[in-house]
Amino acid sequence: METKAFQKIYTKITQITKATCSLKATGIGYEEMAIVHGRLAQVVKIMGEDVTLQIFSGTEGIPTNAEVVFLGRPPVLKVGEELSGRFFDAYGDPIDGRPAIEGEERQIGGPSVNPVRRKQPSEFIPTGIAGIDLNNALVTGQKIPFFADPDQPYNEVMAMVALRADADKIILGGMGLTNDDYLYYKHVFENAGALDRIISFVNTTENPPVERILVPDMALTAAEYFAVDKKQKVLVLLTDMTLYADALSIVSNRMDQIPSKDSMPGSLYSDLAKIYEKAVQFPDGGSITIIAVTTLSGGDITHAIPDNTGYITEGQLFLRKDTDIGKVVVDPFRSLSRLKQLVIGTKTRADHPQVMNAAIRLYADAANAKTKQENGFDLTDYDERTLNFAKDYSTKLLAIDVNIEVDQMLETSWTLFGEHFSKIEVGIKQEFVDKHWPKENEVK
Amino acid sequence: MEKINKMTKGTVAGIIANLVFVEVDGPVQQNEICYIDLEGTKLMAEVIKINGTQAYVQVFESTRGLKVNHTVEFTGHMLEVTLGPGILSKNYDGLQNDLDKMDGVFLKRGEHTNPLEDEKKWGFKPLAKAGDVLEAGGWIGEVKENWMPHKIMIPFKFKGKYTIKSVADAGEYTILDEIAVVTDEKGKEINLTMTQKWPVKLAIKAYKEKPRPFKLLETGVRVIDTLNPIAEGGTGFIPGPFGTGKTVLQHALSKQADADMIIVAACGERANEVVEIFTEFPELDDPRTGRKLMERTTIIANTSNMPVAAREASVYTAMTLAEYYRAMGLKVLLLADSTSRWAQALREMSNRMEELPGQDAFPMDLPAIISNFYSRAGFTYLNNGESGSITFIGTVSPAGGNLKEPVTESTKKAARCFYALSQARADSKRYPAIDALESYSKYAEYPELQDYFRKNIDPEWPEKITLARDILIRSREVSEQINILGDDGVPVEYHERFWKGEVMDFIICQQDAFDKVDCSASLKRQKEMLNKVLGIYHTNFTFESFEEVGTYFKRVINNMKQMNYAIYESDSYLEKEKELNSIIEERKTA
Ligand SMILES: Nc1ncnc2c1ncn2[C@@H]1O[C@H](COP(=O)(O)OP(=O)(O)OP(=O)(O)O)[C@@H](O)[C@H]1O
Ligand SMILES: [Mg+2]
Repeated sequence: METKAFQKIYTKITQITKATCSLKATGIGYEEMAIVHGRLAQVVKIMGEDVTLQIFSGTEGIPTNAEVVFLGRPPVLKVGEELSGRFFDAYGDPIDGRPAIEGEERQIGGPSVNPVRRKQPSEFIPTGIAGIDLNNALVTGQKIPFFADPDQPYNEVMAMVALRADADKIILGGMGLTNDDYLYYKHVFENAGALDRIISFVNTTENPPVERILVPDMALTAAEYFAVDKKQKVLVLLTDMTLYADALSIVSNRMDQIPSKDSMPGSLYSDLAKIYEKAVQFPDGGSITIIAVTTLSGGDITHAIPDNTGYITEGQLFLRKDTDIGKVVVDPFRSLSRLKQLVIGTKTRADHPQVMNAAIRLYADAANAKTKQENGFDLTDYDERTLNFAKDYSTKLLAIDVNIEVDQMLETSWTLFGEHFSKIEVGIKQEFVDKHWPKENEVK
Repeated sequence: MEKINKMTKGTVAGIIANLVFVEVDGPVQQNEICYIDLEGTKLMAEVIKINGTQAYVQVFESTRGLKVNHTVEFTGHMLEVTLGPGILSKNYDGLQNDLDKMDGVFLKRGEHTNPLEDEKKWGFKPLAKAGDVLEAGGWIGEVKENWMPHKIMIPFKFKGKYTIKSVADAGEYTILDEIAVVTDEKGKEINLTMTQKWPVKLAIKAYKEKPRPFKLLETGVRVIDTLNPIAEGGTGFIPGPFGTGKTVLQHALSKQADADMIIVAACGERANEVVEIFTEFPELDDPRTGRKLMERTTIIANTSNMPVAAREASVYTAMTLAEYYRAMGLKVLLLADSTSRWAQALREMSNRMEELPGQDAFPMDLPAIISNFYSRAGFTYLNNGESGSITFIGTVSPAGGNLKEPVTESTKKAARCFYALSQARADSKRYPAIDALESYSKYAEYPELQDYFRKNIDPEWPEKITLARDILIRSREVSEQINILGDDGVPVEYHERFWKGEVMDFIICQQDAFDKVDCSASLKRQKEMLNKVLGIYHTNFTFESFEEVGTYFKRVINNMKQMNYAIYESDSYLEKEKELNSIIEERKTA
């Protein structure tokens, strides 16, 4: 690690807590980095000559006479084309056995884009997954999390989405990834022959949890380099943001801050927003799209982490196991892409919005029929048909293992409409019905 | 004693995030603005507490790299906005920096831009003449700002009476040119230009009186105008869990409401939502004037990634601009999305100062702060007999969607209209997801407004509104019974009652914000539709079985929805209306 010959070495720590240590020092900048006993630390408080440092990897075993060296700069990442294909830890140091990269130093967690310099997102990102493309189309410059219980295959789905999306760069920010999941990502990226457009910043469960706090800023600094300097389309994957927020609460708790809801720091909304708002579409074509994972506990979205996330992101994608078909689906009721209006029906076929709404409405009718059935009431013929439709819709469209083009998703929807319903029941605008209603079901 | 013009200086003594402790060498005032010199970059900050010679300041920008002993200069004034022609159509940040004047893609710390244009010439027309006696807010002249008459006034800071000595002739002037000379009560002469400054935390009180609101503010949204009307000069708030439609509703109001000027304060929300306004408003027509919407709109953007401390400032900046335009006799609509983010910013700072926390760690005085802010809205009679108003509607983002949290509860005490967005309605895509029954408008009960309704809409309007709500309540009740007892466990009339409520819901409460026609309905149209729905309610129908009821009313709803989608009184509207009448005839009990 970098130390310079003339730098002053302090050796008298006056106070040590679980997460921080304090000493007397002068001329120190706020948020400056330091090395304490060989560990990276950052200035979090200055009171006269008393400087408090947060030690990312914890203070265990740090003696009062430990060496402290200030680095004279905030946390930085070296950026350049050479980032491509590389794996780094939370500090931006390589973990793939290859040498550190040479490049321009950029401060992480930099300033925000001036809103008047943004462009309204308008480019559709096809993923092949109908639960996403058909019902919750994604757009470049969007920020959206998967809300999933820990037993859902969210990392697999994210990897799949990333590889299918047409992005110039994919940047993975892994926080508290299990080593297995880390190797899974690595393996999938390698197999896809996509390593040269992927950059990873990884904190695994084997690393100290507080280090995670740096991961999103590292990933997004790299993303800004490619999106702004190189005008590229960048997709950033952040998994798992719940573990990131947990790390924030550890820090604030150790620093004796007053917790707000669910023991989260009162600044959780701003902390998360600073990350997610890095998603942007620039007028010159560069963009940053953020797809994240927020794991839920027992599906509870009122917990402070998913709740604050939902208030920040542009929708959310819910993964759910459909027990009727035994597959994981993207739940059409609870999922929402708020930017889909900007592309469906314009960047995709004109019947898209109507087909989407009709299918979801019929699927909702099926849910009502199911409740009726469970409560022991008689089902009407229409109820029966909606139930059959729901099963087909789930298997052929909602299941995440389906991989087809949007046009085909629309065709499949029309086929299902024709098989199970009459034109009146489907209730789509006449011009679309005339054009797309399946010939074999013409009589209905 | 300190000389007035010797500005206090200080040095940084401590830093915790954006709370900075400053050792000062002279007098400072609460809420005074100071600039911290970070190696040439001037960081703007506000005094929020004073203890001996130490001032606690909240910095509006990132404090990264700030060191102890950096110097601080105090300005002697509180956070102020600059008032004058040129505010309309601007995109400001929370501190009134003109965002379009900033260089580069990223916001730079310490960059402050002029909110107005010093060189631009405005066509001035005098309104007062030599010898006239005016008070603060008195009109001296006017210029055309976009298409609106923008009044040039005696500065709000002036106390007492001022006699006009001279006013510039009609002609072209910049905001810095001398436009009038006035003499105060002691005979001192003062030169005036077209601009003035005002501290945002203080209300502008340059009006004669603030009566109870007594007029309707038309918004074009049926569930508001018809069922939960807001008054011109009234206050309202929209709480709702994420994704239930707060922002879509506010954008709809900003497009359609019958106001002269709209100020949109994006307070700690998404940048893309502001970009939507930037992109659409310059293209969209103002339905009332045929001008572009942007011509009557000013945006204050402190998006969620912009400095947290400036979030509080942003709502005050917006309110002050609204007060300025109200003093010109205009009808201003102020929208803030979301006031919860402002409360959270207060919470972050209060925690850093280690103040005793209230519920959910919010500051104890949160209710007082909120009600003080809402009280700045209102309908006013100006000193010259004209009137102006600020109608204020804020959104609230309750944590966990639970309305029993401090921000919602404090706001409920301060605002007179409550538009509760329901998760269940949003889930079933019944937009706008305003729960018509949970929601209320206190104005609907004001005798002043009831008179207004009887005179301007329908002599029986208040009774009709009560009935409309009753129909919804009864429908909801029977729907619960049907759920418990089953479709055939209740008499067929129950189904009819349920479906008559559904007609009210689909045709009056629901409205498609994304449809060019349906998005906004005139009062005349709302009245006609309500009368039709009530007509159906009063009609007795004959049904053999419950299945027939649902099928029949679905047809009715479908037909009436087509009416809502059709241009009012167009051929297709009239055709659908005819069709509706014949559908009603089919089943009408003779
Ligand atoms: N009136 C409406 N008509 C059609 N769709 C709507 C309507 N209102 C909301 N929606 C849908 O709901 C989505 C979320 O709405 P909106 O952004 O207004 O929610 P919000 O309450 O502001 O959420 P947040 O608190 O997260 O900001 C929209 O993107 C849109 O898809
Ligand atoms: Mg919103």
